[in-house]
Amino acid sequence: MGRKILYAIAAPVIAAVIALAIGAIVLIASGKNPAEVYSEMVDYLMSWDSLVATLNRTGWFYVAGVAVAIGFKMNLFNIGVDGQYRLAAVCAAAAGAAMNGWSIPGVLQITLIIIVAMAVGGAYAAIPGALKVKRGVNEVVATIMLNSIATGITALMLARHWRDPESELVRQTRQIDERAWLPTIDIQGSELQAWVFFAAAIGVIFYILVYRTRFGFDLRVSGMNPAAARSSGVNPNAMVMKTIVLSGIVAGLIGMGPLLNEFHQYADQFPITLGFTGISVALLGRNSPVGIAFGALVFAGIERASQILNTLEPPVPQSIGRILQGVILIVAVIVYEVVRRYAEAATVREAAAKAEARYAHKEAEVVA
Amino acid sequence: MTATLTTPPPAAAVPVKRRMPVWARSMIIAGIAVLLLSISGYVAEAPDLTSSGAFGAALRLAVPIGLAGLGGLYSERAGVVNIGLEGMMTMGTWFAGWAGWHWGPWAAIAFGALGGAMGALLHAVATVTFGVNHIVSGVAINILAVGFTRYLAEEVFVGVSGASASLSPPVDGTLPKFSMPILSGGWGTPDVLGWFEKQDWFFVSDIAGLLKGLTSDLSAATIIAILLVPFTAYLLWRTAFGLRLRSCGEKPAAADSLGVNVYRMKYIAVVISGALAGFGGATLVLEAGRFREGQTANRGFLGLAAMIFGNWRPGGTAAGAGLFGYASALELRSAESVRALLLFAALLLGLGALWFGYRKKFRTTIWFGVAAAATFLAYLSKPLWVWDQWLYEKPLEIDTRIVFMTPYLVTLLVLAFASQRLRMPAADGVVWRKGEAT
Repeated sequence: MGRKILYAIAAPVIAAVIALAIGAIVLIASGKNPAEVYSEMVDYLMSWDSLVATLNRTGWFYVAGVAVAIGFKMNLFNIGVDGQYRLAAVCAAAAGAAMNGWSIPGVLQITLIIIVAMAVGGAYAAIPGALKVKRGVNEVVATIMLNSIATGITALMLARHWRDPESELVRQTRQIDERAWLPTIDIQGSELQAWVFFAAAIGVIFYILVYRTRFGFDLRVSGMNPAAARSSGVNPNAMVMKTIVLSGIVAGLIGMGPLLNEFHQYADQFPITLGFTGISVALLGRNSPVGIAFGALVFAGIERASQILNTLEPPVPQSIGRILQGVILIVAVIVYEVVRRYAEAATVREAAAKAEARYAHKEAEVVA
Repeated sequence: MTATLTTPPPAAAVPVKRRMPVWARSMIIAGIAVLLLSISGYVAEAPDLTSSGAFGAALRLAVPIGLAGLGGLYSERAGVVNIGLEGMMTMGTWFAGWAGWHWGPWAAIAFGALGGAMGALLHAVATVTFGVNHIVSGVAINILAVGFTRYLAEEVFVGVSGASASLSPPVDGTLPKFSMPILSGGWGTPDVLGWFEKQDWFFVSDIAGLLKGLTSDLSAATIIAILLVPFTAYLLWRTAFGLRLRSCGEKPAAADSLGVNVYRMKYIAVVISGALAGFGGATLVLEAGRFREGQTANRGFLGLAAMIFGNWRPGGTAAGAGLFGYASALELRSAESVRALLLFAALLLGLGALWFGYRKKFRTTIWFGVAAAATFLAYLSKPLWVWDQWLYEKPLEIDTRIVFMTPYLVTLLVLAFASQRLRMPAADGVVWRKGEAT
């Protein structure tokens, strides 16, 4: 058990060190001093403002990571989380704006907006699910196609139906009434988004669902050993369908942080690649509820810390943060695989040694 | 006893289904397609549907998609799924923009391919050497490529006049362009196809439009890309190298036992794959005259779709790329063409319904019939736009954005209705370690 924990900690630490080293090489190659750049980044991160902003982003990224991880748990690659959340976000934004005229309390409006988002996300995820179950279509390819189709539908609806008539230049939905904004909490003058707590709650539900229910057990078994799952009575098709729809429902929630807590409308600056960030943090956190939180924190921290770089003298491209994120990701997946192999081999070695010891012991008895 | 013993019927007696050679079948299919297109064009009054301009634009737009698709073909035939094509293409665009700015268009192609190959090498290291899941590695490469090109652009292009973090300086010069002599008026010869196209004869002029579009104003990169299709078919299916490469994608253990160095083969295939995707990115840069951030716009994924549409074969991949290129060409050209395209789709679906009825697959017939009717209604009554007008009192107009989704919808439909007939390499996406049985 102790060794298992050691492996679990060693892998990300090794990945982080290698990623920082590669980042340093890139910086040196472009004539910057990596030690200085890194220390500026850390300094910038160590302020209330930055910490709160990082937490806010962590909340967004975490939900995205959970949405992806649900599918990954049973080796179902829902690359379509990106399209599902964008479509859900634009539909929820339009629905929310349409509800402005209704005389309902804000809490109810928020609830309805979230329900719309979950329904749209789940329904859009059901398409690749049905294609996989009924027609044997690979979900990776189907969801990649559906991501682009979601882009098209979003542009179409935004241009022709849901556009704010008062904004001439920008294509955006009308703003949601202030009563249906999620609150922010003042910490030393910085605003912590309430969505962070929603995200934490989603994490707890994810944990209970995956590790403490029959469904979660079936899910994990289907991922680890499909044959064993089938022979123990799990219907693989139903499992695929349930899992991908659940993943889509959570994907629908991804956009709720930005929508209800920051932008209050679907507009140009609405974040559009959170789905892929979700894939990254899920991979980084190895699909575990706590791991994803760390992954999200790391990605959010890098994003925040790299904002200082433009203001340095001489300026360093902000996108060094993007490189760090990408390198950490690819190094991490490689290191995880290597460590997993190493651990597996160690287990086999140990078992062999044990068996040999027992055999030697018996032989000694016989001789005696 | 002897009476009941019958010799098996001689082999010749077994009815052998004679199939037409591939080129003849493709010609017939292309002919039917042009016929349907010319009917749709005449009925919907959209002559642009079969103009040489539309087909020429289709070809130009198809080239990067097709190159990415061919890249995917090499990699997946060797058993490595390559979702990272998009990222490799992105790398290709930056390197092509940078090298093109310094040393002109040929350098742009070379460096574009090199940039793509670098991304591919990373994919090979992760998937082949370290055994990382192919999808995971591909996604990671896509994410990394965006950050990497952005960084390079900020480092190199910022401060250069006429350039910015998302825009390179223009490429120095352009590639030579060719037109086929006699047929399309190259080298001062008469333009025969152009003359036929101008006559406005039903079907004949449309065929001439297609051929002129495919034979005039071809850039050198386009010609290379077209030649790469038969070359790939020859290399993968007619040489020992191709057989070895494909055997790694079908049954690596068997290939290994026959002395094929499976790891090396996969490395070669993946690197070629990235180089082709990067070349595709370079053609985008040359077409636009410079590197722009986000220039690939999902074309790597479209290439993947074209490859699947083409059943993991070079000719099919090219056909898929051509189809997607044609759809985007019309999207860019005119709203009438898009409307005519709906009629074309309805005719095609109707033909499909008849075909499946003839094959006695009645459930599929019904599906196709319903789809054909729906598409035809969409063409006739334009329900979406009528609804729009009623709702917003806007003038009736066709939204070309619908066509943006066509390639993706077509791919989904093909996957849904033909997935039983598609056959991917047997060990595609399987992480294989030397010494493993499967």
